[in-house]
Amino acid sequence: MEFINIFIKSAFIENMVLAYFLGMCSFLAVSKSVKTAFGLGLAVIFVLGITMPINWVINTYLLSEGGMFGMDLTFLRFILFIAVIASMVQLVEMVVEKVSPSLYNSLGIFLPLITVNCAILGGSLFMVSREYSFVNSVAFGLGGGFGWFLAIVAFAAIREKMAYSDVPPALRGLGMAFILTGLMGIAFMSLMGIDPATMAGK
Amino acid sequence: MAEVMQDSQPEVKVKEPLFGKAERKLLSDPINDNNPITVQVLGVCSALAVTTLVYPSIIMAIAVVFVTAFSNLFTSMLRTTIPKSVRMIVQLVIIATLVTIVEQVLKAVNFPVYKQLSVFIGLIITNCIVMGRLEAFAMANKPWRSFLDGVGNGVGYGLILIIVAVFREVFGKGSLLAGSPLEMKIIGASDLYWIPGLVGI
Repeated sequence: MEFINIFIKSAFIENMVLAYFLGMCSFLAVSKSVKTAFGLGLAVIFVLGITMPINWVINTYLLSEGGMFGMDLTFLRFILFIAVIASMVQLVEMVVEKVSPSLYNSLGIFLPLITVNCAILGGSLFMVSREYSFVNSVAFGLGGGFGWFLAIVAFAAIREKMAYSDVPPALRGLGMAFILTGLMGIAFMSLMGIDPATMAGK
Repeated sequence: MAEVMQDSQPEVKVKEPLFGKAERKLLSDPINDNNPITVQVLGVCSALAVTTLVYPSIIMAIAVVFVTAFSNLFTSMLRTTIPKSVRMIVQLVIIATLVTIVEQVLKAVNFPVYKQLSVFIGLIITNCIVMGRLEAFAMANKPWRSFLDGVGNGVGYGLILIIVAVFREVFGKGSLLAGSPLEMKIIGASDLYWIPGLVGI
């Protein structure tokens, strides 16, 4: 049952964007309309969900001391992780283009940009430093992606509404976006410290 | 900087001066008029995440200057040989190698700060500033000018990082440069600790 706890924890309590500020660039840049935010969010869930177990396997069976080569190769971690992420994004792009051209067109440039989304690499690095097991790393990947998806869709919805409100001229655009992010961060802060394991009565 | 200018100018006999007006502009522009964080809004993730304390921010700034400068230099050297279809992966490999060097050095030299920055040293790889400069500048310019552009952007980033960190540390923890040899206390107890966003790493 631990993986359910990890899913909930990574999606709500330790939200990637609002608690760790990961993936902030695309969070701010691609949140002008709910539709594109929705598409990008889905793509992030997908890529995080795939790369996390692959990177777990690489880290455990190739790079760690008990792995295939029998020596500590952890200094190669960054290069291998980013190579996996870049090639996975490329693969996802090709598959989506083949299977669903309409989704491909609506995502456009955002799909390749996921490679440089810090939430993806950050997720893999967190997975290593927290020493998750394989099942837990899958749960962490999906949960983290879901949390990111939730945050960007909610944020885009608020920003769409903001178009009708009278924002002071000096704060229009990015200034207000930062204030909104801060307020959402405060809202998610209130969830911090909740431990799903104790809530389940363990 | 002035000494370097005078020393190196006589050695170079080519038409382009080593520190001409355009070169100096490359260094100063990203610090003020075209700042990567405040004007172009790149690299916000690490700028928000690392800036709870001044000392790690300074280390982070130095690391980023190193990575932007040398990744720009190496990419510019290879710019004619990199095929267009795989250029993203080539650039990422260059950046990842440099970041690995930074990580290993920091791990050996200053372990507490390495622990404090945790994943954010690794996340320099996905820092939009680095990729952005490679795509926008280094792929189209000569090595020396790309190097200067990298230094300028790294410094512009680091400057904002340190300014933000000074405010966040003073208001958030009541200290300045905590963890470094120059540590000082400004407000006694850390009773402002509940302010959200100041409780980062």
